[in-house]
Amino acid sequence: MTIESLPLPVARIPLRGKRSRGRSVALHATLIVASLIAVFPVFWVLVTSFKPDARAVAPTIRLFDESSLANYGDVLSGQQGDFLAWVANSVEIALLTTVIAVFLSATTGYAVSRFRFPGSRKLLLSFLVVQMFPFAVLIVPLFNVLLSLGLQGTSIGLVLVYCTTSVPFCTYMLKGYFDTIPGDIDESGRVDGLSPFGVFWRLVLPLARPGLAVTAFYAFLTAWGEVAFASAFLSGSAESKTLAVGLQVFVQ
Amino acid sequence: MRRSLERHWYAYAMVAPVVLVLAVLVLYPLVQGIWFTLTDINESTIANPVLDRPASYSFVGLRNYLNVLSGDASFGSFWSTLLRTIIWTASCVVLTYGVGLGLALLLNRPMRARALYRVLLILPWAVPVFISAFAWKFMFNSQFGVINQLLGAVGLGQPVWLGQTDLALVAVVIVNVWVGVPFMMLALLGGLQSIPADLYEAAEVDGATPWQRFRDITLPGLRSVSSTVVLLGIIWTFNMFPVIYLVTGPAANPNTRILVTYAFERFFSGASRDYAVASTYGVLILSVLLVFAAFYRRALRRQEAFA
Repeated sequence: MTIESLPLPVARIPLRGKRSRGRSVALHATLIVASLIAVFPVFWVLVTSFKPDARAVAPTIRLFDESSLANYGDVLSGQQGDFLAWVANSVEIALLTTVIAVFLSATTGYAVSRFRFPGSRKLLLSFLVVQMFPFAVLIVPLFNVLLSLGLQGTSIGLVLVYCTTSVPFCTYMLKGYFDTIPGDIDESGRVDGLSPFGVFWRLVLPLARPGLAVTAFYAFLTAWGEVAFASAFLSGSAESKTLAVGLQVFVQ
Repeated sequence: MRRSLERHWYAYAMVAPVVLVLAVLVLYPLVQGIWFTLTDINESTIANPVLDRPASYSFVGLRNYLNVLSGDASFGSFWSTLLRTIIWTASCVVLTYGVGLGLALLLNRPMRARALYRVLLILPWAVPVFISAFAWKFMFNSQFGVINQLLGAVGLGQPVWLGQTDLALVAVVIVNVWVGVPFMMLALLGGLQSIPADLYEAAEVDGATPWQRFRDITLPGLRSVSSTVVLLGIIWTFNMFPVIYLVTGPAANPNTRILVTYAFERFFSGASRDYAVASTYGVLILSVLLVFAAFYRRALRRQEAFA
């Protein structure tokens, strides 16, 4: 009873809990405008995708203008570039990069997160520095390496190139996730007779599954959307392109 | 050394695959790339097993660096391109951070439809850059682009956005801000949510104005998140290639040329593919970023010491 009659919380609620009607309208108006700007380009591409070529460049704004699914039929049937092959290439390259990068980086992320061995800090720093690399510093030597291995213009070659950025990136990200798993778990595993590898494989890795998923997702998206290396290394033959390269054909 | 190997052998075994990959795919190419900047390697002197042609490039000393640093137009006008890169980076990062912080502050309060706003505002991040760049290129078209149609409808001028003027740089900055805001917003929203609410309540009890609360609680509370995302933003924007290449390319527009797009031009779409100049640009870009990052970290540490 005495607690309920305390005046302080009652007096405090109007301060933070409520805002005036005008401010509320302004808040929502700002967010609605921002959301519209965020969504509009994507929405506009979608709207335009239903229009025939001639109408897509019409000088007036119309949502629907002889709209149909004809463009989708054209693209999927391969009349405008080999769309399905590009999708297949993009998926193949992005998936391979993801699997290799996550597979390689998991143990390293764990080791860097848990063990203080000589050189661990330098290794961690090197992962960050690699993120700073402009593609221009590696593009010529990688081109040279791929040429000499006979991998220039192939999907495998591009996967190798993507591993240069995705392996250190995934390692750094996974290290962050492993840091959030308490070290007590490792210790109790060791006490129960597991080797360091056993601890990693049977205790920590299952716990880090959400982190692994997020990291894999990032790695996939980065490889999926990469433009520079794909444009430079894959542009030779039409059917080896990824989506990022292939779409450039439409926009010339 | 032996003792360390004995004690840490499992750690070394665990990092071995990544160290190997880094050595083969990053370190070795990096060294080779630096070596290439001292040669006259180009399309006709690179080793090409397909054409059964051995390498025929030779050592030329610092000639590439002298050529590039002379600022000569045939080598990409290095200094004015660097200046444009800095303007591009600064305006993109300032705008992205400002808009991202503003939206994060708005989203960080209880209201209706917050989840919906958040999803819509994150959308630009979910779209691959090669699609959003095309969407904007289409919208910026001077005759049938929706932006000029809207400007015309309200009676304003209809500029040629992506022509050979500085307006093209404005256009790519707009696109890059659109692409970059969601990441900033999410990162800063995470930072805002980690500031304890009692601080605000205590400040209110003490009669602090909203501006004082923002300046004395929000900004200091965001310092560590901000310093990370700003550094990342600067590095990413400095190296940002696809937005400029896809919106104003592929025929390079000198008004939106930044250092990386010029390096790509020399590597790929120049009259003769000059790999040595491309590598030289790569090494120079990396040096600029490394020097900047070192200064940035030192400035941060000094600021922390004062705070």
